[in-house]
Amino acid sequence: MTSAVYKQSQQLASGLGWFSVGLGLAELAAPNAVASLIGVQAEGSTRKILRFYGARELAAGVGILSQSNPSSWLWARVAGDVLDVSSLGKAMISNGNDRGKTLAAMAAVIGVTVADIRCASHLSKARSNGQVQRRSTAITSSITIARSPNDIYTYWRDFTRLPEIFDRLESVQALEDNRSRWKLALPMSRSLEWDAEITDDQPNSRIAWRAGSSSAAHSGEVRFEPAAGQRATKVTVKIQPQLAGPGIAKLLGVIPEQHVNIALHNLKQMMETGEVIKSDASIHRGMHPAVPADDYLDAGPQDAAMSV
Amino acid sequence: MKANCWIGKEHVSVETVPDPKILNQRDIIVKITSTAICGSDLHLYNGFVPTMESGDVLGHEFMGEVVEVGRGVNNLQKGDRVVVPFPIACGSCFSCQKGLFSVCENSNPNAWMAEKMWGHSPAGIFGYSHLLGGFAGGQAQYARVPFADVGPIKVPEDLTDEQVLFLSDIFPTGYMGADLCGIQPGDTIAVWGCGPVGQFAMKSAFLLGAERVIGIDRFPDRLRMAGEKVGAETINYEEADVLPTLKEMTGGRGPDACIDAVGMESHAPGLLGAYDRAKQAMMLETDRPIALREAIMACRNGGIVSVIGVYGGFIDKFPAGSMMNRSITIKTGQCHVQRYLKPLLELIQNGKIDPSFVITHRLPLDQAPHAFKMFRDKQDNCEKVVLKPN
Repeated sequence: MTSAVYKQSQQLASGLGWFSVGLGLAELAAPNAVASLIGVQAEGSTRKILRFYGARELAAGVGILSQSNPSSWLWARVAGDVLDVSSLGKAMISNGNDRGKTLAAMAAVIGVTVADIRCASHLSKARSNGQVQRRSTAITSSITIARSPNDIYTYWRDFTRLPEIFDRLESVQALEDNRSRWKLALPMSRSLEWDAEITDDQPNSRIAWRAGSSSAAHSGEVRFEPAAGQRATKVTVKIQPQLAGPGIAKLLGVIPEQHVNIALHNLKQMMETGEVIKSDASIHRGMHPAVPADDYLDAGPQDAAMSV
Repeated sequence: MKANCWIGKEHVSVETVPDPKILNQRDIIVKITSTAICGSDLHLYNGFVPTMESGDVLGHEFMGEVVEVGRGVNNLQKGDRVVVPFPIACGSCFSCQKGLFSVCENSNPNAWMAEKMWGHSPAGIFGYSHLLGGFAGGQAQYARVPFADVGPIKVPEDLTDEQVLFLSDIFPTGYMGADLCGIQPGDTIAVWGCGPVGQFAMKSAFLLGAERVIGIDRFPDRLRMAGEKVGAETINYEEADVLPTLKEMTGGRGPDACIDAVGMESHAPGLLGAYDRAKQAMMLETDRPIALREAIMACRNGGIVSVIGVYGGFIDKFPAGSMMNRSITIKTGQCHVQRYLKPLLELIQNGKIDPSFVITHRLPLDQAPHAFKMFRDKQDNCEKVVLKPN
């Protein structure tokens, strides 16, 4: 399927979603008016059924509008359409209803059903082909630091000091030929190692690298630029994890943007105040009360408590 | 050591916890001689501040004796008597260099939490939620003070604890509230809230040259304090409508500047108060901004509204039209205490002010749970509680 058809189906799905929401609200809030529109008598039981159908429509509508690929919610709509048609069929044969109006309503529902089926099957196909639009997984974060590009570049280029600012990064070892070995501590006493290679090194301006294989595979860069007014340095980190494998973030159990953001704050503290500031509640990983700890010196990573 | 810990909503308890240790080179450890309960502690007590953990040590107004000094601190020694400002500030970042210590860029280890809630992070604060750093507070026998070469001020022996303790927060906070008003000779300043911060804001307004100061509250003892100790005129909002009364008092023009020394738990009689309480209870707004709304509406055209009462989240029915069409300026912030320590210490030394006038209760630390309840419920005319931990 071409991406144009995929996009059309997405647009149609969103239209159907809003239609569901509108019809659902009408059935819920004004069952009498809906009943008269489709030519059935608004008895107590009819009102109840219409309200129930309204809730169903509303759920389907919200489901469709909130999913990036709503094919399963569209199939739910198809099932609902079948129910609607059969209810209308039943209404046609009972006395006292306006058959002309009911027939028109039935024709409308059948028309919508066709649209639902087309849209749902297109999107299902797209899903099974893996043609689902992924959000870009690149992580970008920036911070302004009151030191020169040279100072910050020099700190970063050493690599071996990065464990001071990156949580869970246990060690970075410099190897030959622009290569380095990184070791990450994972929850439950596991660890992950990979080799990285510098792909670009412009002193005081940019370092780029490509790292590892398997789950840690990523490419990244850090840029050092004079900030507006030349008063400081703007540091920008961009990391592009490779899509294959679970990725570092999943292994760590953290939101990757947050991990990089915290590291940049730590970098700023290191450069501007000489060390990373600790509070009573940030000595160990995870949430714990802000009380002085008597065991902080010998305490290892508290993985069980990790909740970030 | 013993420390007053937040356990849950409306529940604090004095517990035995480990003594603090030096964690960063620029830390000191202070043996606390006097500490106080702040009105903003009541927001924690009443459960309006998120990211509290059961067991957090409370307290951000404290002073004491230096008992341990980190190797990065050169200006303090063991035995020095210091008052500690409540915002933690590094002294070297962009904000600190501009004197905006309470928005220090480096003192909140949990900056990411605050960024989620507020866009950017302010400074860390002692004993004031994990959002603001997760630092153990000063309602305890000892406290660790980071960036001690920047914050704490040495105080002379001839001044008592009670005279200087409030340099830690409420005196500078009230003073900044008045300072933000840009007071000109002849100005009339109205202050919402006659709690301790409101009292210092009123007193400071006079010190900065205001001709008239009007205090607004509903507790007769607090209004009496504003009248007798500060020399302010007063309005009891349960007896008189504030807006018409202020109009009448100022010849129809309105006060030149208005100070909101109330914050997020404002009370109001009647329907408006019930409306905000209900919305807050249903989490439809986090803060009740009754005083702030009134301050904006009351302020004269082109005047200044200075907000030093604490807000945490979002407010409803903000009178933006009144603010914009009448050229109102709003100035606000947690107090940049470090900026005011020296000049305010001088005011105390010169006898221009004795901040101890707000104290109504002196209790041992053990009595903290009782003191919180008494202060919250304004029992026994409670205005300010000082706790003695050692």
